[in-house]
Amino acid sequence: MPGASFARPGFAQNGNQTTRFRPGHLNMIKVEGLTKRYARTVAVDNISFEVEKGQIVGFLGPNGAGKTTTMRILTCFLPPTAGKASVAGFDVQEHPMEVKRRIGYLPETPPLYPEMDVSGYLDFAGQLKGISSADIKKKVDEVVGRCALGDVRYKLIGKLSKGYRQRVGIAQAIIHNPPVLILDEPTSGLDPKQIIEIRDLLHELAGEHTIILSTHILSEVEHSCERVIIISGGKVVATDSVANLTNRLRGSEAVAVEIESAGPNPSAAEAQQRLEQVQGVSRVVAKEPKDGRLRFEIESLQGRQIRAELARTVVNAGWNLSELSSVGLSLEEIFLQLTASEKKTLPDKTPEPTPEGSEK
Amino acid sequence: MKNTLLIAGKEIKSYFASPIAYLLMAAFGLIFGYTFYVFGVRPFMRMGLQAQMMGQQQPMSVNDMIIRPMLGFAGTITLFLVPMVTMRLIAEEKRTGTIELLLTSPIRDNEIIIGKWLGAMFLYLCILGMSMLDIAFLFLWGKPDVQPVLVAYLGLILQGGCLLAIGEFISTTTKNQIIAGGVTFFFCLLLYLLNGSTEFDSGWLAQVGSYLSIMSHLENFSKGLLSSKDVIFYFSMTFFALFLTSRAMESLRWRA
Repeated sequence: MPGASFARPGFAQNGNQTTRFRPGHLNMIKVEGLTKRYARTVAVDNISFEVEKGQIVGFLGPNGAGKTTTMRILTCFLPPTAGKASVAGFDVQEHPMEVKRRIGYLPETPPLYPEMDVSGYLDFAGQLKGISSADIKKKVDEVVGRCALGDVRYKLIGKLSKGYRQRVGIAQAIIHNPPVLILDEPTSGLDPKQIIEIRDLLHELAGEHTIILSTHILSEVEHSCERVIIISGGKVVATDSVANLTNRLRGSEAVAVEIESAGPNPSAAEAQQRLEQVQGVSRVVAKEPKDGRLRFEIESLQGRQIRAELARTVVNAGWNLSELSSVGLSLEEIFLQLTASEKKTLPDKTPEPTPEGSEK
Repeated sequence: MKNTLLIAGKEIKSYFASPIAYLLMAAFGLIFGYTFYVFGVRPFMRMGLQAQMMGQQQPMSVNDMIIRPMLGFAGTITLFLVPMVTMRLIAEEKRTGTIELLLTSPIRDNEIIIGKWLGAMFLYLCILGMSMLDIAFLFLWGKPDVQPVLVAYLGLILQGGCLLAIGEFISTTTKNQIIAGGVTFFFCLLLYLLNGSTEFDSGWLAQVGSYLSIMSHLENFSKGLLSSKDVIFYFSMTFFALFLTSRAMESLRWRA
């Protein structure tokens, strides 16, 4: 998991990147009761969601969950079996041309012709998307600069490294400056430096563009997205802002406490007993002591703040508090919880789309 | 129209960026040149010499003796080359996923299909052009009629367009180039062989078979006969195959 090394503790939420409210253009993407059935499998099962203008939304789910299928429906590559989807107010089935003009799409494997050089390819892709031949030169220059492709501009695509190919794929998606970007795993197969570059690029694009990106890498969502839609087995299991989602699912607070003994060593049992008596504590789990320090993980009752009270208790008992920190339930755990519980509650209905069925 | 030409241009560039275009042109040029000399020019010269030695006049026309059989034979060679031109057209795009770029761009299916067909047609014309090198010698040292030659080329072009459209349709139905090429070759051969169906049989089935045969229509062209019946046959076959291609493209979306 290349992105994992960049996971920062907590959740990056920049205040200036929360909802941008623009009346009239509220929902750039609107999906209602969308269903896609293949011969034997249901790849996407009655999903609904909306994406506001200017947002970056993460589309998260295990492999075969229906992410790619949903994106293909939004880009008019596949027709839905049932339900409605619209982009910028245009229905994907009734006005596919209007929709296609307004989206930039990066499929799972970048759609590149290995025998073309980068500028020739972008030239072709740009004109395909309706840029006039008078403007194309300028647009290619622009996008080459934006995606840092200057070094490989006249190289054959077949000779490029994976990272460059991915960037050419993104360049192809943004060349006509579409209001909506749909990116299927934009950072897969890139090295950490390239991932950061792509993330920066996405943040840069976010203001004017509405972006949906799919991924199964969770740190990706934590870093790039404002909202997350978790999809599993073809169903939306959660949709919320990243911060809300973690809060809502966590419900209670988890705190790690480390106690250093001063003078009489508090026995683990004694310390645990004391901590359990603190108001609002629901559970205390003792962990392996380290360097003579006792370590506990403490969970609060629903909606209770316990950190201050815990600190007071430890200090009053005459022990040294060497660490007290909040342990968030990581998005990873939430993700596993959500996708696992989905399987538990609906054992019969959960489709198992084959890779050929839904992702190819 | 702009999009169609864009696609056609891209196809042509792809053909000439890979060895396939040069390979096919060279193969056709060599085979045609060889047969042109061995079965066309040499026997013609021998017969001319014999006639001279016998003191007879030289009755043979270059058109009848060389150009007509040779351009008819060129039609047969193209049966082998057409599958190699068309097999990658759409099968390749499906395999590498670039079809997603085409189908999610604001461009109509028909523009893609006709653009690709035109691209293939351009390469076919280049291949066919190789035969002109040999024919040109006849014009340098002799005085053959121009009109029948032009009609014969028109026939070859129409036949090529028809076979390329069939090949494109088959390429749309699979993502495996070898299957696309093989099946196309099978159909080319079938349409060629149907010509013989009226040889010992004149029932309606044989008549239909003979009508459908590519070769029975080309024969008239290589004789220098331009009849609307044959032109309509090729046009309708081409149109039908391109129509099937657009249907196949549509079903691609639904089945995907």
